[in-house]
Parts: sequence; structure tokens; C-alpha cells
Amino acid sequence: MSSTLFDKVWDSHVVRNIADGPDVFYIDRHLIHEVTSPVAFVGLKSRGLSVLYPDRTFAVADHNTPTINQHLPVEDPLSANQLKTLEDNANQYGISHWGLGHQNNGIVHVVGPENGITLPGATIVCGDSHTSTHGAFGAIAFGIGTSEVEMVLTTQCIMQPKPKKMRISINGPLSKGVTPKDVGLYIISQLTTSGATGYFVEYAGDVFENMTMEGRMTVCNLSIEMGARGGMIAPDEKTFEYIKGRAMTPKGADWDKAMTYWKTLKTDEDATFDKELVFNAADIEPMITYGTNPGMGMGISKNIPSAESVEGGKSTYDKSLAYMGYAENESMIGKKIDYVFIGSCTNGRIEDFRAFASIVKGRKKADNVTAWLVPGSHIVEAKIKEEGLLDIFETAGFVLREPGCSACLAMNDDKVPAGKYAVSTSNRNFEGRQGPGSRTLLASPLVAAAAAVTGVVTDPRDLL
Amino acid sequence: MAACCPLNTGKLNIKKMAYDKFTTLTSSVVPLPIENVDTDQIIPARFLKATTRDGFGDNLFRDWRYNGDNTPKEDFILNNPIYTGKILLGGKNFGSGSSREHAAWAVYDYGFRCVVSSFFADIFKNNCLNIGVLPVQISPEFSNEIFEAVYADPKTEVEIDLKAQTITLLSSGTKESFDINGYKKDNMLNGFDDIDYLQNMKSEIEAFTESRPF
Ligand code: SF4
Repeated sequence: MSSTLFDKVWDSHVVRNIADGPDVFYIDRHLIHEVTSPVAFVGLKSRGLSVLYPDRTFAVADHNTPTINQHLPVEDPLSANQLKTLEDNANQYGISHWGLGHQNNGIVHVVGPENGITLPGATIVCGDSHTSTHGAFGAIAFGIGTSEVEMVLTTQCIMQPKPKKMRISINGPLSKGVTPKDVGLYIISQLTTSGATGYFVEYAGDVFENMTMEGRMTVCNLSIEMGARGGMIAPDEKTFEYIKGRAMTPKGADWDKAMTYWKTLKTDEDATFDKELVFNAADIEPMITYGTNPGMGMGISKNIPSAESVEGGKSTYDKSLAYMGYAENESMIGKKIDYVFIGSCTNGRIEDFRAFASIVKGRKKADNVTAWLVPGSHIVEAKIKEEGLLDIFETAGFVLREPGCSACLAMNDDKVPAGKYAVSTSNRNFEGRQGPGSRTLLASPLVAAAAAVTGVVTDPRDLL
Repeated sequence: MAACCPLNTGKLNIKKMAYDKFTTLTSSVVPLPIENVDTDQIIPARFLKATTRDGFGDNLFRDWRYNGDNTPKEDFILNNPIYTGKILLGGKNFGSGSSREHAAWAVYDYGFRCVVSSFFADIFKNNCLNIGVLPVQISPEFSNEIFEAVYADPKTEVEIDLKAQTITLLSSGTKESFDINGYKKDNMLNGFDDIDYLQNMKSEIEAFTESRPF
């Protein structure tokens, strides 16, 4: 029987198949953070259960950590309490803990791959929907709820019905100024935020083959925004090159054995999908969102579409545009911007800061813009310095902050004030996502950089 | 029902009931005619800082329910005393966005035991089933009919029978059946959860772990 990449990885992790029920699904790697894990540990304790395999779980502080003065005590008592709870739980159960200040600290989906926790053919879960990021390595990775965190802690398994399979193929060269983020936003704009609900997506075609691992992570990261459980890309030489020698990847004979297995991880030629979609790379331009969900995106040179052409009903559409303070058929170019955020598990990796630097180099930050440059991890932060990008940023009037989720979900102090506009490289533009009343325009690091130096929405191709 | 009732064999070592059993529910309905309600609206991120599971109901739909100064927004449906009940009727694509289970807790803690919509986001639906809130997906036509009936008479009741997998609008008698997988259904009927099930197959899991390459 021929099977897809997804089938191969999924089927090899089914411990038991329940008739008319979910699969008992084995989890190789479990990532936890301070926000969604405390209650899971409360559950464990109240039932008197233990952690079955502490070495398969990794605890990282990221969601509500401050991005300045991380060496000082955290001021917000609630955040401090969550961070302390994570640390205490990790210590009590013998789980590795990469807290604030730890050299491996950063956003959970950035540090997983960096340290070799993420491997092809593995199953990875975390109580965070953007766990789909790890699919870039040919892993099955998806977000879970807190009850499931508790399940994984105590049994290393969760109960999951096998999702349906979708393949999205894109071929052809990408145009100038088009980044992996634009590819992701383009796909979501075509599928809407519910278009892949119930599916697990495989990305195929030379657009993805030609992407760096960082770019693949950005695309897989956004899978969840079209409703998919997750997305994945078949591992290839680039994947193996990336993971080789990282702290937690197999070594020596184990590596050779793993490689033999990893090389089988691709979709067989005659395997079938429940749904196949094909897009053309030439149709994609730098993207920007104008509304309050990630599906409300468009090419930056286009006008805001009219209500009739948008899924979700006119009332939702009107509510969304009213919130944003925009009108149908307007151009986004030239719209005033107050904040720029580059960071998050979508675009907080070194490649994203290189892209940002390519535009701000030799220019100056616009006076009306507050910019937050937040690396995805200490390792990214170190690279930014090593490659001389920090000098470029500082010369242009930018400040580099310390790693964390930051304004992606604004649980720390990095909140966009009510009514203000932010061009953000993160993944969600929901009402209030970046602070109560904040207005978010999702875009690539290039579009963010163009806005940061001009103070308005600007086509980055004009500055490249 | 299919033969998937290991929870009824009596072999399990159940330490406590995960949540109240769900068999039938007859209740008036709170209508929320908004599509694509995302979990950031159901429970805004700033309320995720708790380390226990209590009190989330107070912040359900916080920013739609209250002004910045904590006074209730009068035009929001949850602040309208004529609409009460244990059933929340939402618009299409309910529960999209962030995977936070807190959204399901908030719905439960507020007092809803059932959410009805013509379409649910996956993770939210799963989270609900895990904590004892029944998500009932119905046709868009039926959804419209219930919205209209509730607007015409806020006391209108809907009956949900989990065993029979039916939902009935009592005023008109319109009835639809809904899907739920047999395993989750048994759990809800018995007030059990997945951990109870998994705990009982530890040795199988340990053997599987031995076979993993990494
Ligand atoms: S950066 Fe944003 S999306 Fe990514 S893990 Fe943090 S909060 Fe979640």
C-alpha cells in the first residue's frame, strides 16, 4: 500500500486503535511553557499521578516573560507566579527547565529545532497551537489543550482521531520581495481561516524545496491559521544538514540508523490525499492583512476587497473593518503605522532579522514608529550580534530586546495601545491580540522593515 | 453503540470523576450570532495567567462583556437578563484561533454545558469534549431556526439527548441528529476522561516506548 509522509509518521505512533474512537497516539517529544502547563500539573497532583518519562518533556519559559531586564525579578506578580510554578514543577518531576536567563531560553518553537529536540519522523506536541512549526522537519507536530498536556505528562500518549490529509503544492520561482511569510499568508487568504479544518497538510513543490529550514518553519507555523491541525514538509538533505550535530540529535551509530529511517519519510508517488490544492508561485506578492483574522490578507499593492468577495458574511466583515478603521476598496499603501514588531515563532529566527536588516541598513527608523525587535531565542540573539546585524539596527535607531513571545500575544508589557496600528511579523491579528484595542497588520519582515523606516505601509519592493 | 466501552468494565482505577455526567439537557438558549468567534474573544490572553482552573467564567467574553472601566456593556447578549440557560448558540466557525483550553473552561465555568454551532474549530471542540462541555454541530438552517425562535421567545427551550444524539427545538419539534464519536460519547455519559482510559494501558505504552528509535 502506498502511503503519504503523514501516514508513515502517524501510523508508526499508534499504540492502540479504538474502534469508533480515537487512536492512542504516542508522543516522542513534549514541550511545555508557563501558561498552559500549571493546571495540568494541578490535575496530576490531585489524582496522585506521576510523570512517566520526564526526559521526553522540556520546559521553556517564554509566553509572558519580559523582553528587557531579564536579569531582574519579573515585576508582574501573576507572570512571576507562573514562571515560578513552571520551574517548581519541572524540578519536582525531573524535567529539563530552560527558564529566564538560561542560554537555551527562547520561544519554545524556536528553541526546539535549535537544540535538536525536533527530529524528522517524530511526534511533537505542546500546549500552544503554533507547535505546527516543527512540521518543517517532517515531524507530526500540533498544539494540544491543557487536559492533553496532563495526559502526555502521565502517559506519553494522547487520544486523537487521525486527521484527513491535504496536499498543497506550489511550484515556480517566487518574485522579488516574496518571503515564506507571504507564501503562508497567501495560502490562508485563499483557504480562509477554516479552509483546512480537520486536515493535516503536506506542503510540496519546488517553492518549499527551495526554502531554507527557517522559511519552512514559517510556513508550517502558519498552518494552524487556516484551521489545519498541522503542516509538514518531507525531510531532505537540507533538513539533515540543519539537525546534524545539534545537542539532542542522535549521534554516531544512532545517527546512521536514524538516517536510514528518515530517508523513507516521503509521500509515495501513487499515494492519495483527501484534498489536493495547487497554487502558482507567480501569483504571490508581498502580503499584508487588513482585517481581524489571518485570512483577511491581500497582496500589498491591491485594494481591500469588497464584502461580497469575502467568506464569513457581511456583518463579520463590516465589524472587522470598523475595528481596523479601514474601508472597502481602499489601498493599504500609505496607511499610518504606530508600532512595528519583528519576532515570534513565525518570524523570530535569524533569517528574519537578516531580511529586516536588508531594508533598514543605511536608513533611519521613522520618528512616529515604536519598534520592538525581539529575537526568538538567545541563540538567535547571539547570531544577530555575530553577523553584525545589531550594528545595522542600532545605527538605524533600533533597539534589540531579549527573547520571548512578547507582542505576539502581549501577555507581558509589550502591548500595543488601544487604537494604534502595528505591522507585526507574528501570526494573529485578532481583535486585541497585541493588547486591548490594538490593530494588527500581519506581514513579512521585509514589509515590517519598510513600515519601520517610512512610518507608513510601504511596498518593500520599492526599497530593495 | 459500538463495542468501545472499556470504561464500563469496572477494571479502571478511577481516582475521581473528571466532570459531571452528561445525559440529557433541556434548557433555554443564549444566542451569540457572531461568526468566527475566536478563543482570544472567549477568554483574552491576559486572563491566562492563572495557575488553577477556577473563576474563568467571570472573564468569559471579557472585552465584549465589559467596558475598560469594568462596567457591563449593555448591548452585549450575556448582559441581557432575558437570555439565560445552559446552552450557548454561536455563529459559524466557533472557537477558532488559539488552542487555549481556558476558553472551554470559561464556557463551562460560566455555566454552559453545551455549545451549539453550525461549525466548530477543531481544537476548541476537542477541548470541550475533554472537560465536559458538549459541542453540538447542526445545519446552518437549523441554527437559523433556533436563533429566530429564541429571539421571538427567549424562554424557548432546546433539548439535547446525548444517548440518542439528537437536538430538538421544543417549540417547533424540529429535530436533528448530531455526530460524536462513540468513545467521547461514553466518556461524557459517564463523566470519565481520557486520562482514566490511558492509565489503564500503561504496560502497553511502556512496551511501545521500548520500540521507539529516539
Ligand atoms: S510567539 Fe506567539 S504564537 Fe509563538 S509560541 Fe509565542 S505566543 Fe505562541
